[in-house]
Amino acid sequence: MKPWNRHHALAATLLASAATLITVPAFPQSNAKVKIGFMLPYTGTYAAIGTTIENGFRLYVDEHGGKLGGRELEYVKVDDESDPAKATDNVNKLIKRDNVDVLVGTVHSGVALAMAKAAKESNTLMIVPNAGADAVTGAMCAQNIFRSSFSNWQPAYAMGEVAAKKGAKKAVTITWKYAAGDESVGGFKEAFEKGGGQVVKALNLPFPGVEFQALLTEIAAAKPDVVYAFFAGGGAVKFVKDYAAAGLNRTIPLYGAGFLTDGTLEAQGESAQGMLTTLHYADGLNTPRDNSFRLAYAKTYKLQPDVYAMQGYDAAQMLGIGLNAVKGDVSKKAEFAAALEKAKIDSPRGTFTIGKSHNPVQDIYLRKVVGKENKVEGVAIKALADPGRGCRL
Amino acid sequence: MDFATFLIQCLNAVQYGLLLFLVASGLTLIFGIMGVINLAHGSFYMLGAYLAFVLAPLVERAFGYPVGGGFFATLLIGVALAVAFGYLLEWVFFSYLYTREHLQQVLMTYGLILVFEELRSILVGDDVHGVATPTWLSGSMPLSDVMIYPVYRLFISLVCAIVAIAMWLVMTKTRLGMRIRAGATNREMVQALGIPIRFLYRIVFAIGVGLAALAGLVAAPVSSVYPGMGNQVLIICFVVVVIGGIGSIRGAFIAALLVGFVDTFGKVLFPSLAGMLVYLLMAVMLLWKPEGLFKAG
Repeated sequence: MKPWNRHHALAATLLASAATLITVPAFPQSNAKVKIGFMLPYTGTYAAIGTTIENGFRLYVDEHGGKLGGRELEYVKVDDESDPAKATDNVNKLIKRDNVDVLVGTVHSGVALAMAKAAKESNTLMIVPNAGADAVTGAMCAQNIFRSSFSNWQPAYAMGEVAAKKGAKKAVTITWKYAAGDESVGGFKEAFEKGGGQVVKALNLPFPGVEFQALLTEIAAAKPDVVYAFFAGGGAVKFVKDYAAAGLNRTIPLYGAGFLTDGTLEAQGESAQGMLTTLHYADGLNTPRDNSFRLAYAKTYKLQPDVYAMQGYDAAQMLGIGLNAVKGDVSKKAEFAAALEKAKIDSPRGTFTIGKSHNPVQDIYLRKVVGKENKVEGVAIKALADPGRGCRL
Repeated sequence: MDFATFLIQCLNAVQYGLLLFLVASGLTLIFGIMGVINLAHGSFYMLGAYLAFVLAPLVERAFGYPVGGGFFATLLIGVALAVAFGYLLEWVFFSYLYTREHLQQVLMTYGLILVFEELRSILVGDDVHGVATPTWLSGSMPLSDVMIYPVYRLFISLVCAIVAIAMWLVMTKTRLGMRIRAGATNREMVQALGIPIRFLYRIVFAIGVGLAALAGLVAAPVSSVYPGMGNQVLIICFVVVVIGGIGSIRGAFIAALLVGFVDTFGKVLFPSLAGMLVYLLMAVMLLWKPEGLFKAG
């Protein structure tokens, strides 16, 4: 039960006024603008993330004079409310009603899968700036679908390897029962068991429930060497706090995919200190590229950027590379894809490439929570590529 | 599951059930006695949690740090503000709804959810925030060799239990409670006897809002505050109210504990069904007792 909001009204008003202005049909090579459809959560649990991604995207475009591939951009927005039930309707609004050239979204994996399906069917360019659902660049992969973020498998696999190398033998996993959680736990298990460990118990609860106490009791009873958790947002805050309040962090280290401690440290406070997580981004990378990105973002929005801002930024960067290669003609999907597959993307996270299934091939960092930062400890796995299971490209 | 773990799980279930009762009791009052389907009830829970987040630093600055004083002052001010807010809300919006059909009530209270969420977004932002546990309640006690239990969780249970007893006393032993129960049974008759029913309703509504906000205030240090937190609570509270019997405080209490147990042990014993067990319980209850466990009052 998540609301409609003013963005709908705003988008509708904008559209209505735009409709009265357009008299010339839009030719791809003309001066017409490239229409970007943001389908992101602007309300609900992930509301803050949606805005941050959009900020990051716009920052890159503004740095390039408001143009990508020689064409100006215009934006249409839909609030996806992180609700998979409404996802197909929402994405069709953008594709069929607004005729967008490029879809950008989203955060929730279930919603992203519905978007990818619609994008594939209508052959609309799509860039996923967060949602890690493996299938987007796996079974659902397509020539016109790209991801600027990660697959759920990637950071989880890296963490599994780290945990096994640290000598842990018994692990318990815990997550919400939904695609992202299952995939993340699957990635961890794959690497952890390859390294000689064993996942003795896989706990889960319905999304987005936050009553963890019963499951924490189960963890205490199982006494594993390590716990691997996948949660994000409010659930991540509460889980880490509850884990510490139950005293489990004194004897059983809690590992997770980076989202467990990203954008949440302010609220987690003491309870997260010293935790290890893996992700494709970290604080304190201290590269010139990252520093200039952070400075620009902080100046523009009076906020510190985070991994989501970086992913939005790189989504725009990838779109720019593709549009440059086709000189702004979004109908040339094959050339667009070929350009991206060859590109070395100069991201704040470090240079990465786009794999065959259109997922980033990137370094996964091991990070440690120090104060209010996820400080980089080192690279857990260099240039880790998602296996892209089920993808035939 | 060994016996010690079983006992700890029982403790978890009771604790969760008591917190559910605190939110659901306000809902069952408003729903059962005034006949208004109030979808915005979860928003009042959220309001309470955000009040804790906003007020705690202000109160500490104003009163210094006397032992526990700041925390109770926050609770008191928070509940007072929520009650005043509820009073106002009843006056401006809800008092026009009693004679309307349920669909219109649902529409308006759903609209209120949107308004409250947007206001929260504008006033406090969309980030997740933590609320500090008061230092004098931040201790913990050992439960097993690796697990400890935070004292604050026990404190939450204590508050919920006190409220439950107080509500039971008010409803069964006082004149106010008698009038409220009478109003639930036959509104026109109560009015004919010269009892100012409109005013009574306003009070009941304000108390209902206050209870939800109190739950939010007390739960905030454990649950953190984040967008949409009220919606999750709202759905489970409707389940509690329906199982317990609409308008029944006693029913809400027993149903809340029942839901607490089913949810806790469901997660542990039948993890793949955990999401639907509570609703299954509701469905079975509705088949067995369509009116819920108890009658209003």
